[in-house]
Amino acid sequence: MTEAQRHLSDEAIRADARVDLLLIADMVQRNARVLDVGCGDGTLLRLLSEQRGVDARGMELSQRGVNDCVAKGLSVIQGDADVDLQDYPDDGFDYVILSQTLQATRHPRRVLEHMLRIGRHAIVSFPNFGHWRIRTQLMFKGRMPVTENLSYTWYDTPNIHFCTIRDFVGLVNDIGARIERGVALDRYGAPVRVNAPWWVWNMFGEQGVFLLKRKD
Amino acid sequence: MPSEEIAKSASAAAHLEAETPRSLVVRFPESDPLMMDAGVPVGPLQIAYQTYGTLNAAKSNAVLICHALTGDQHVANEHPVTGKSGWWETMVGPGKPIDTDRYFIICSNVIGGCMGTTGPASINPSTGLPYGLDLPVVTIKDMVRAQAKLVDYLGIDTLFCVAGGSMGGMQVLQWAALYPDRVFSAIPIAAAARHSSQNIAFHEVGRQAVMADPDWQAGRYYENGLKPSKGLAVARMAAHITYMSDEALHRKFGRKLQDRSAPTFSFDADFQIESYLRHQGSSFVERFDANSYLYVTRAMDYFDLAADYGGSLAQAFKGTKTRFCVVSFTSDWLFPTSDSRAVVHALNAGGASVSFVEIETDKGHDAFLLDVPELLSTTRGFLGAAARARGLA
Repeated sequence: MTEAQRHLSDEAIRADARVDLLLIADMVQRNARVLDVGCGDGTLLRLLSEQRGVDARGMELSQRGVNDCVAKGLSVIQGDADVDLQDYPDDGFDYVILSQTLQATRHPRRVLEHMLRIGRHAIVSFPNFGHWRIRTQLMFKGRMPVTENLSYTWYDTPNIHFCTIRDFVGLVNDIGARIERGVALDRYGAPVRVNAPWWVWNMFGEQGVFLLKRKD
Repeated sequence: MPSEEIAKSASAAAHLEAETPRSLVVRFPESDPLMMDAGVPVGPLQIAYQTYGTLNAAKSNAVLICHALTGDQHVANEHPVTGKSGWWETMVGPGKPIDTDRYFIICSNVIGGCMGTTGPASINPSTGLPYGLDLPVVTIKDMVRAQAKLVDYLGIDTLFCVAGGSMGGMQVLQWAALYPDRVFSAIPIAAAARHSSQNIAFHEVGRQAVMADPDWQAGRYYENGLKPSKGLAVARMAAHITYMSDEALHRKFGRKLQDRSAPTFSFDADFQIESYLRHQGSSFVERFDANSYLYVTRAMDYFDLAADYGGSLAQAFKGTKTRFCVVSFTSDWLFPTSDSRAVVHALNAGGASVSFVEIETDKGHDAFLLDVPELLSTTRGFLGAAARARGLA
């Protein structure tokens, strides 16, 4: 790949990246050590290493995802957030990221606790089950919600632990972590008004993105 | 020529390879011996090796390949004894993942082997006869130290990559632990940081088969030309089963009969799997020395990398700058994924840069030698990225 081509592909990465990934990348300090749990095909890892100079490592369950990452030169381990986070030593990273994966873990609380043990910070993004579209589907149709972003039927969904933004904040309090930043994104990826009260976030945010810190 | 004659001439060729190999050779004089873990020096030391590709001016593109138990230095050329193609031609060659157009590839026969590096069939300078069992017991670390002597001799300071499967993977891990500053990247495939009790047990069965053959003669069979071929063939047959998965055996052979429509009610090789194993055994003894089989299996048994670091594998890799790509296979029950995971866990604890892929295949332990597309693409991707980081064009 020539320099020009690489530059073009960098642009493409930024243009193609999901808004929540860009937001997460902006929460990470330059040159930090980052572990991305459930890193998929490595889009965020690449964004972080190429744009923020981050020492980025990943964990991914699917062989395909891992292969894609390794082929891109990313350091990625095949592993399961529920099982393999316990193998990581304390304080190995500055940030541990879990993007759009919390709701698919078997033990979300344990996963979050491990993240804050391994990293000084944790960044979590997740779909908000309190969004008004989901509420209205349940209210008026009386059936489990199926939306554009959450397109699975109830019986084949990998998402076994949905929560609302308020539920998540409750869990963060329970495990004694601190919220350094919290952003709710609407369905177009634009942040919900920052000074809006919690119930507005919980109603109009399609997903929540939180930067957490271990309480000292 | 009758088949027995062919076998005889092939064995003679194999014996010749131990002393005067058809391969590149470097000889270190008795004044520059290899200090062995057993506590005694071995010298003079002969190392037989092959190279492919061209070393660049900065000497920064050298890849060392470490071979497995019964492998040798003939990675990507016709084998001088069997006439078969190199054992890793799926991986190594022009345009292949370990690309001979980009990298300078080195592979040497291990110490204790029988393809030209000093081993039990080599002449012991103090007696003028083959060493037999007078060669000190060899360890994985001895193999690696011998390779380091060769790398020094070639004037290479840092290896761009050290790669290998099975026992080769053990050497890769030993290299990374012993010479962290000389290994830019490492690919241990289907390997482990220590040999399991089950694997030691399998090796012991193989060694006992060799030693139970009366032709073994306490290892002094070179002198009268009788070889423990039956014992070594049985050892190989037993070992070969451990290299394959049950699914692969079933797919390939099932309960199919060999050239017959009904069982013969005898102990002839009725089943295809029997015939296949017999063939594996008899073709192996034509190219491999029985005493080497004892030595090299022993080296694997003794391997326990953590033991040198107070029992902590993480300590073995502490602060390493080497980039690792660890690979295992789902159907490998000889070096199962849990062994690779233990290595990955230790590397993570040591803060190393590590990738880990468990490749889904039913080909068992032997998968590292075979045309497994995910293995090839993983290696290609990892090496390509490492090459960019190393500044290789």
